[in-house]
Order: sequence, then structure tokens, then C-alpha cells
Amino acid sequence: MIQSPEVSSLVAVITATLLVLGAATTLVGALGLVRLQSFYQRAHSPTLGTTFGVACVALASMIYFSAAGTRPILHEVLILIFVTATTPITLIILVRATRLRDESIPTAESSARD
Amino acid sequence: MNTLLVWSVDVAQILLGIAMACATFRLVCGPRAQDRVLAFDSLYVNAMLLLLAFGIGSGSTLYFEAALVIALLGFVSTVALAKFLLRGEVIE
Repeated sequence: MIQSPEVSSLVAVITATLLVLGAATTLVGALGLVRLQSFYQRAHSPTLGTTFGVACVALASMIYFSAAGTRPILHEVLILIFVTATTPITLIILVRATRLRDESIPTAESSARD
Repeated sequence: MNTLLVWSVDVAQILLGIAMACATFRLVCGPRAQDRVLAFDSLYVNAMLLLLAFGIGSGSTLYFEAALVIALLGFVSTVALAKFLLRGEVIE
């Protein structure tokens, strides 16, 4: 599947480092999604992936494609800005909905619901 | 010379695949509905990163547009689901 164009070794090292670092940070966030106890703790952990992971992978893609010269640089900034701007909005609405549901139903049966 | 790049793309895809498996676990057996919505949010972000990594590996520009579409539609769907949990209906 790999038909990637040749780039210099410095660009390859930078791209590889950023790519693996972003993917590992996203994996840490997803492991926190599995391991943490309550919902309010779990709401924090995927933001590792949506901030640092997306930033690293988008930066790696920008550096690689601008060095390979197949297209101009800055397209991935769109994804970076969009994901970074929309994640807090999503989490605010979701945590507000969770607090409403926690207040409206008793806590004894809240763990047994759904 | 690009062996390092190919190797790093493979490693990043494996790590993101494990992250998607974790999000799928929380999506399937999350105790309440908001856990499932949160896991879905994490799942589409991981899928978008996976497409970006695949685009670096294949050297094609097509996967960037697919990642952008996943980011846009994923945000809209997560907000719709959270709005449904908040109000009981999506459009008031």
C-alpha cells in the first residue's frame, strides 16, 4: 500500500516522531476512558486525543506533505482548529445533560439505569 | 530511507486501533447513555486520526478530505445526541 514519495531523512524523523507521539497520547486518553471510575472523571480523558493527539498528527501530516511537495501546506490547520474548538462545546453540553439526569433521577437507581 | 516513515505509520495505526478498541468497549458496555455518547465522540476522533495517518502512509491527498468530513459530521452528531439527552428532543 505504501507509495509514499521520498523525503529527506530529517523530515522523516520529525514526521515519525510526531506521528507516534500523537498516536500514543490518543491511546493514553482512550485507556483513561476505559479505566477511570465515574463519568465526570471519564469526560476528561479523551481530550488528550482531541488536543495533543490531533495537533501532533496534523503537524506531522503538514510537515510531510509540504516536504514531499505534492500540495500546499496548511490544510490540516482546518482540522486542528475545528476539533480543538468543538470539543469543549460537546463536553459542556454532555456534562450539563449528565448533571440534569443525575438530579432528576435518584442515585440508587441511576447506576442501574440504561 | 523511508523505512522509518513506513514503520512509524504502522505503529501509529496499531496504537490508534487499540484506542478505537478501548472506545468501542466503553461504547458497548458503558453503564449509562452519556458514557456511550462520550465513547462515540472519542471513537470518531480516533478514526479521523487513523485516516490522517493512512494518508501520510499512502502519500495521497484524498484522505484529508475524508478526515475533515468525519470531523464535521461527528461534531454535529455528538451535539445532537447530547442535546437529545439534555432535552429529550433534538430540534425544539
